[in-house]
Amino acid sequence: MSEPPALILEGVHKSFRENEVLKGIDLKVAPHEVVCLIGASGSGKSTLLRCINLVEPIDSGRIVVEGEDITAEGVDANRIRRRIGIVYQSFNLFPHMTVLRNITLAPREVLKMDRAEAEGAAAALLGRFGLIDKQDEYPDRLSGGQQQRVAIVRALAMRPHLMLLDEVTSALDPELVAEVLAVIRELALEGMTMLIATHEMGFARDIADKVCFLDSGSILEAGPPERIFTAPEHPRTRQFLGRIIEAGRL
Amino acid sequence: MTTRGIGPANDPGPSVPSGRGSRALGGRGVLVSSASTVLFFAIIAIVVVLAPGSGVVAERFFSPPHLWQSLVGSEGSPSVLRAFLLNVEIFAVAEVFILILALVIAVVRGIPGPVFFPFRLVAVAYTDLFRGVPLILVLYMIGFGVPGLGLRFISYLPDVTYGVISLILVYSAYVAEVYRAGIESVHESQNAAARSLGLTRWQSLRFVVLPQAIRRVIPPLLNDFIGLQKDTALVSVLGSIEAARAAQIYSASEFNYASYVVAAFLFVLITIPLARFTDRLIARDKRRREAGALA
Repeated sequence: MSEPPALILEGVHKSFRENEVLKGIDLKVAPHEVVCLIGASGSGKSTLLRCINLVEPIDSGRIVVEGEDITAEGVDANRIRRRIGIVYQSFNLFPHMTVLRNITLAPREVLKMDRAEAEGAAAALLGRFGLIDKQDEYPDRLSGGQQQRVAIVRALAMRPHLMLLDEVTSALDPELVAEVLAVIRELALEGMTMLIATHEMGFARDIADKVCFLDSGSILEAGPPERIFTAPEHPRTRQFLGRIIEAGRL
Repeated sequence: MTTRGIGPANDPGPSVPSGRGSRALGGRGVLVSSASTVLFFAIIAIVVVLAPGSGVVAERFFSPPHLWQSLVGSEGSPSVLRAFLLNVEIFAVAEVFILILALVIAVVRGIPGPVFFPFRLVAVAYTDLFRGVPLILVLYMIGFGVPGLGLRFISYLPDVTYGVISLILVYSAYVAEVYRAGIESVHESQNAAARSLGLTRWQSLRFVVLPQAIRRVIPPLLNDFIGLQKDTALVSVLGSIEAARAAQIYSASEFNYASYVVAAFLFVLITIPLARFTDRLIARDKRRREAGALA
């Protein structure tokens, strides 16, 4: 038997009071697959990622990670989160800790790694992403791009099986976007399974195995990037991409 | 104007306020501030000296022999200085317990979930009660009530212990609110980031939220401790001979109030370093925030 899918979403619904944000999302992500979620702000991309990471409880449906239903009754959310890395738009590094401590906190406290092992692993990751000379700095001494790369390293230090990236370049100055995208590209080449919410259409086209267009809480269209970006079927997708092209972002 | 560069090169002139503190004052500014200070205190001095009872007040409050006598003590009355050591001791002991108890209350108050409702209720009731009741009434109730219960281990302690307990009870309620404000000032995204790395609620609180919260509330905490230093004097209502009580004994036996001046001076003496230290921390935080905003 082949590996189970990394992630399956079945009829995921989520409302905030009367506002239905996710209206039945179905999605399958294979191991080592990179799936990009595109769509306007408020279409539900971020909420979907937060639901998968169990930050937000879902109202109905199922989320299955590597064959385990993580939305079942009595599942230990902390255990699930260890396997799923998430990186946010606003970095959310811990400002009172050095870069190294930011990265080693969870491996040491959650995985109970000893200090030397955790720091060795962190240094290796920092070295790979060109941040080794920043390990003793505090986050506010770093540029936005460096902070976001540290946030990615922090998530990777837990050796997640699945990475969720929530518009990780949206808070960055344009000249800092490339360095963060380069890191994500490298992860994709390594075979990291990723679900990426992004506004960077060019990046999505390059990196994604599959692109999903979300519109007000539903996946209207999903497929390989060549098709979605060149021959979108749904009129809403066409309209959305038309606006992006108009704005010169594709 | 001095040559010190305190503004941009096209600074329109010395009338533009370009900073605070003596460093920012030009030569003319120093002159004006000195003159106004001298004038201010001169007026007060004249009013006091010309007051009809000024001679009597000088003798009753500031006579050097009495100041000295009350400071070191005499046969009939205790030394205010030695009694003041009790205030320092009360403060030092109470402070440690307040820091711990208040943190527990603040944390308990923030635990979510219906199971913990009774704990939250107790924490809220505690802060409401002890912030509402005047310290002196708490002192009377603890100091006379608990010994009255006749319980084996807790009813026969020294008076000063009941005083310390009262201070801990009352101040913990205030300090718990300071902690709580600090905890709430840490953005929820910090907790979310910690939880999404797999840290438990407690680990997130311990490693991520509390360290940031406590750092932010150090200035208001120190401010509460300045208040605590002074309120140690109230413990005297239970009979402990601390500085204020010693001063009272002196004045009652010598018919001179110099002892009160001495006691007041001692309180101010240990408060000022703490106050200046608080100022420095606030200034440092402000600088950091500004530096952070620029980054």
